Amino acid sequence: MFDWLFRYANPARFMGLSGKLLPWLSAAALLALAVGLYLGFSAPPDYQQGRTVLILFVHVPAAIMATLVYGCIAVASLFSLVNRHLLADVAARTAAPLGAGFTFLALTTGSLWGKPMWGAWWAWGDSRLTSTLVQFFLYLGYIALWNAIEDETRAARVCAVLALVGAVNIPIIKFSVDWWATLHQGESIVSGKLAGVFLTPFLFMMVFYMLLFACLWLVRIRTVILERRVRALMGAA
Amino acid sequence: MTPFIALLARDLRLSVREGGGAALALVFFALVATLVPLGVGSDLALLAKVGSGVLWVGAALAALLSLDRLFQADYEDGSLDLIALSPLSLEGTAAAKILAHWLSIGLPLTLFSPILSVFFGLSAPAVMALTLSLAIGTPAVSAMGAILASLTLSVRRGGLILPLLVLPLLVPVVIFGAGMAVEVQTGLANGAPRFLLAFSLATTLLSPFVTAMAVRLNLAG
Repeated sequence: MFDWLFRYANPARFMGLSGKLLPWLSAAALLALAVGLYLGFSAPPDYQQGRTVLILFVHVPAAIMATLVYGCIAVASLFSLVNRHLLADVAARTAAPLGAGFTFLALTTGSLWGKPMWGAWWAWGDSRLTSTLVQFFLYLGYIALWNAIEDETRAARVCAVLALVGAVNIPIIKFSVDWWATLHQGESIVSGKLAGVFLTPFLFMMVFYMLLFACLWLVRIRTVILERRVRALMGAA
Repeated sequence: MTPFIALLARDLRLSVREGGGAALALVFFALVATLVPLGVGSDLALLAKVGSGVLWVGAALAALLSLDRLFQADYEDGSLDLIALSPLSLEGTAAAKILAHWLSIGLPLTLFSPILSVFFGLSAPAVMALTLSLAIGTPAVSAMGAILASLTLSVRRGGLILPLLVLPLLVPVVIFGAGMAVEVQTGLANGAPRFLLAFSLATTLLSPFVTAMAVRLNLAG
């Protein structure tokens, strides 16, 4: 079923393909960013939130990426455990700091948005902010475990199990935090449909974030592969 | 004596004797319960409000203290290799160790909590709810802890990284555990006991398999 994918699990083939893809992905990312920013800044101020609605274009995609990247890590970890592909290990490891970065961005922008909206930098009543914080800790633990185990193969297997345990638990954690927030009756956030003038720039920014992640991820994976080649060559010399 | 009982009895003996973590966890729990009022003030109304939550967090933290000993000591002196060679499967080993950890840490913490709840002036129904919620929830703490303890086996000074890995995964237990006390305080059924029981059962049943897998990864090569 995954034959087409595994053809690119060969590092040499992967390097060839990713090298060709990278310039195009980077250009597309820049284009999406330019269009997203232009449309975002030219959108009229929201009748309730004023100009602070601009934070939405930075914050919401980052929050979505926080979950999406963890999903990528979980899938890579599954392939790492089942198929023992070296590339899957590298992919899982290199995605983690990017995911942690997106999560941190989501937290800080969420907090900055919260000040004008809720009058506080942090509102425990908003369950999404709280579960994003827990997710941030999960990323940090995952990265810390990778760094703590010296043997790379063992670290890959062990971290793959951790990523999967985390992936199973994330929905439960989100559910429990949602439940907790309703229990304590915090201030409810203004929820409504996103108007078209905001939806289009948001979608462009979302595409930008995804492309940005794809580019950075590919660059990181390529760097690790090159690093290993250098090490192998130095060892052979 | 079956291998399961033998291993369980051995681990229990080790944890209650000198250098074991059983007494340490209780003292730590008592210290947390002492420090919180000293930090937030002596207002009994406030303390009664936060008491169950504080005691739940304290119990979860106290149970973490001895987690790194669950497999680490046996791994370092080679006993774990011998246990792995015994007729008992690694899944059975993991289950015995989780049960031993709960019997020596989780159960004493549960039984100790009504005494500490005096510090917070909790009402009798609140104390009942807290004790019951700890009885249901602490097995999940041991079981979730066992997974992470086995994953960090080959980490030198793994005890430092362990709380960082376990605590985020214990968020649901703490929320639903303390939620049971809220249910009593507000008098409104909120479903916390069911969610806590579900989480605890699922974690406790699945943990031996994941733990055995992680031990296998660390014993190989």
